[in-house]
Amino acid sequence: MADAILRTESLRKAFGGLVATDALSLDIARNEIHAVIGPNGAGKTTLVAQLSGALKPDSGRILFDGAEITALPAHARTRLGLARSFQITSVLASFSALDNVALSVQAHQGHSFRFWAPARAQAALRDPAMAVLEQVGLADRATIPAGALSHGEQRQLEIAMALAGDPSLLLLDEPMAGMGAEESARMTEFLRGVRGQRTILLVEHDMNAVFALADRITVLVYGRAIASGSPDEIRANEEVRQAYLGDEAAGAAGGL
Amino acid sequence: MQDRLRLAINVALIAALALLPVYSALFDDVFAMTVMTRVLVHVLAAISLNLILGYGGMVSFGHAMFFGVGGYAVGIMAYHGVTSGFLQYPVAMLGSALLAVAVGALSLRTRAVYFIMITLAFGQMVYFVGVGLEEYGADDGMVLSAATKFGPLSTGNRVQLYYLTFALAMAALYLTWRIVNSRFGMVLQGAKANEPRMQALGFPTYRYKLAAFVIAGALCGLAGALEVDRAEFVSPAMMHWTRSGDFIIMVVLGGMGSLFGPLYGAVAFLVIEEVLSGFTDYWQMIFGPLLVLVVLYARGGIDSLLPGGARTHGGGHG
Amino acid sequence: MTTLLIENTLHGIQLGLLIFLLAAGLTLVFGIMDMVNLAHGSLYMLGAYLAFTFIELTGSFLLGGVLALVATLLIGMVLEFVVLRSLYARDHLDQVLATFGLILFFNRAVQAIWGAGGLSISLPSWLQARFEILPGVPYPVYRFGITVVALIVAAALWYLIARTRTGMLIRAGASNPRMVSALGVNIRLLFTTVFGIGAALAGLAGLMNAPISTVYSGMGEEVLIQAFVVIVIGGIGSIRGTFVAALGVGLIDTLGRVFLTDLLKLAMPATSASTIGPAIASMLIYLIMIVVLIWRPTGLFGRN
Repeated sequence: MADAILRTESLRKAFGGLVATDALSLDIARNEIHAVIGPNGAGKTTLVAQLSGALKPDSGRILFDGAEITALPAHARTRLGLARSFQITSVLASFSALDNVALSVQAHQGHSFRFWAPARAQAALRDPAMAVLEQVGLADRATIPAGALSHGEQRQLEIAMALAGDPSLLLLDEPMAGMGAEESARMTEFLRGVRGQRTILLVEHDMNAVFALADRITVLVYGRAIASGSPDEIRANEEVRQAYLGDEAAGAAGGL
Repeated sequence: MQDRLRLAINVALIAALALLPVYSALFDDVFAMTVMTRVLVHVLAAISLNLILGYGGMVSFGHAMFFGVGGYAVGIMAYHGVTSGFLQYPVAMLGSALLAVAVGALSLRTRAVYFIMITLAFGQMVYFVGVGLEEYGADDGMVLSAATKFGPLSTGNRVQLYYLTFALAMAALYLTWRIVNSRFGMVLQGAKANEPRMQALGFPTYRYKLAAFVIAGALCGLAGALEVDRAEFVSPAMMHWTRSGDFIIMVVLGGMGSLFGPLYGAVAFLVIEEVLSGFTDYWQMIFGPLLVLVVLYARGGIDSLLPGGARTHGGGHG
Repeated sequence: MTTLLIENTLHGIQLGLLIFLLAAGLTLVFGIMDMVNLAHGSLYMLGAYLAFTFIELTGSFLLGGVLALVATLLIGMVLEFVVLRSLYARDHLDQVLATFGLILFFNRAVQAIWGAGGLSISLPSWLQARFEILPGVPYPVYRFGITVVALIVAAALWYLIARTRTGMLIRAGASNPRMVSALGVNIRLLFTTVFGIGAALAGLAGLMNAPISTVYSGMGEEVLIQAFVVIVIGGIGSIRGTFVAALGVGLIDTLGRVFLTDLLKLAMPATSASTIGPAIASMLIYLIMIVVLIWRPTGLFGRN
């Protein structure tokens, strides 16, 4: 692929006898929404962890925007424009929602070795943070401690934190985990709005969202990509149907 | 309402400390002032540890090494005839800061219990260096050769020493307030809450923790310098690991990660020690179980028991 | 010279084995209950003090020792039940603080009961002899005896962990306490048992070491720190790692104190060597721990 913003080459990760990622080679095109789906234990979160830098692969390479980032630590990748949201909500519970996003803004701006001026009073941090909160629909919850937000709101905050750094690639690990139908629909709409401005790698179980959003889908089973292509191609793929989709999901996807 | 009550308590506490020498002069109770000087030295030490332990989540079990380095800086310089505080105190802080860079750079590569162990090990090593200093009293320590002078002022004058200690402790308190609410402080507190998350946001947390560790080391070195001027004695006991344990107790007792926690904690710790040892020589047999009870049932420390205590960081003020 | 070397190597092995006894309990408790127990040193100390008393009372060295061991075990289990149980769920800082409080208590308590001065336990005459362990190398019978006892205990511990059902439960409990509990095993009982084993080992180390050194308040902490250094080097939770590291530490510490200054004299003027030699010797094991932690952050045989 010519304009791949992210590429993996034969990525491999094993935990003892368990192979979580098996010779995985992926290409993510610029500005596409690329979904990674697969049954539980397929190695999706392990993949996200390796891409974001939280986990070191045993072998293989990861290239971001043409540059090799395989050995780069997580914080350096974020500075390059690769942001991640977590499957298990990892917001800073005792900080307010605004504080959380402002921290992301601060990381992006640099200049964090400042010891004197109160950070909470700095418009340079607060204003962009509020803007992102408005974008995700959490503006009226800005001053609430993140731990006190509802589960759905925390998932929204996760995305806000990833967005605030103005990344070129968003790694979203099950953003709709634990959300009800209405919340998921809203999140889907939101992600659709974000499309086109950045690239999104979306790991999800929610098939409605996946088929509504994805430009391309890769199916992971036991750490291997068994199929990769457009939503229609995936829907029609026999191996995928057997391994994962099943009739109910195919029926739902067909209804979209 | 709660916040006003809390503010009143803090203001009253500071005012009481500021006016103590006046009380001492009026009521001829110099003992109270000497006791409180010792308390204020420990307040400063506790403030320094609170920065990295309370706000930064770094459980350093070797913090007393900086206390000792600062103390020995004053002791050794006085021994060799350098008695100007304008030289001694900066050297004390610089020496501690340099040690902190070395210790921190290595220790911060480890986490959790390994960090505790490695800081304990470094602390013991510095202790053994102190014990090996034959020239300066080795195991027994040595008496301070001369008081520290700041121009016309001298730490030999108990009132001047008290106010010097008070001023430096209050300055450290203010400095802490500024630091924890600054951009730097946000990163530090975030790293304590969830370090992988902070790294995912783009912060190389190691650097921030190291910087905090060095600042804390320097402040503790300053406390050590004051302590030697107060006790007019320096010995390796200042750096023993049990001293590091005492500092941790003060920070936790006062309330980790609260601005005035170190103040409450150091005062409480030393006052309890004074009171209990007045009752019985075996006061540790009461203090020990008391500490266990605090850990089990009052973990948030005094800060959480006072009005307006145990609030979240979302509030934003000290 | 060679006699000195052999004698000190044997001393080093003996010291290493004693540290192992202490460290084994520590690493089990840490590995399985995820608990940092500073009061472990206090159990070591109690083993020694109780040995003093029971030997006086019974007039018999062996009987007194056995009674002291049982008493220490009981105290350990009471301690676990009353205090330590509530700490399993807490974070390491809380455990450090609470057990630090226990140290303060015990250090003062032994002084209240036995007086502030150090005590010594004299060996019965049949244990005071020396024998030729190797041609031309006389070695104290007692030291040899405790080395043998420690080796037997180490072997028994290995057998318990590797070959018995309890040992299997212990190993399982180390990797996944919740799962083991869900399988119907009484986790509480398991933890108490593990703690009891640790307490007994600590008490045994304390009482065996007592006759060849002094019994005093605070004696536990010095050895405790060495034990922690050992389990960190060996890898927390690994008995094998603890054994290897303990022997290593025992040998390096003993031989270092005896020979380092002389070694340094080969490379530098005698006066400098005499000053920094002893200083470095006492720091040696900490330096090694630091190097190991930098190179292998979870110890030589550690996991995750």
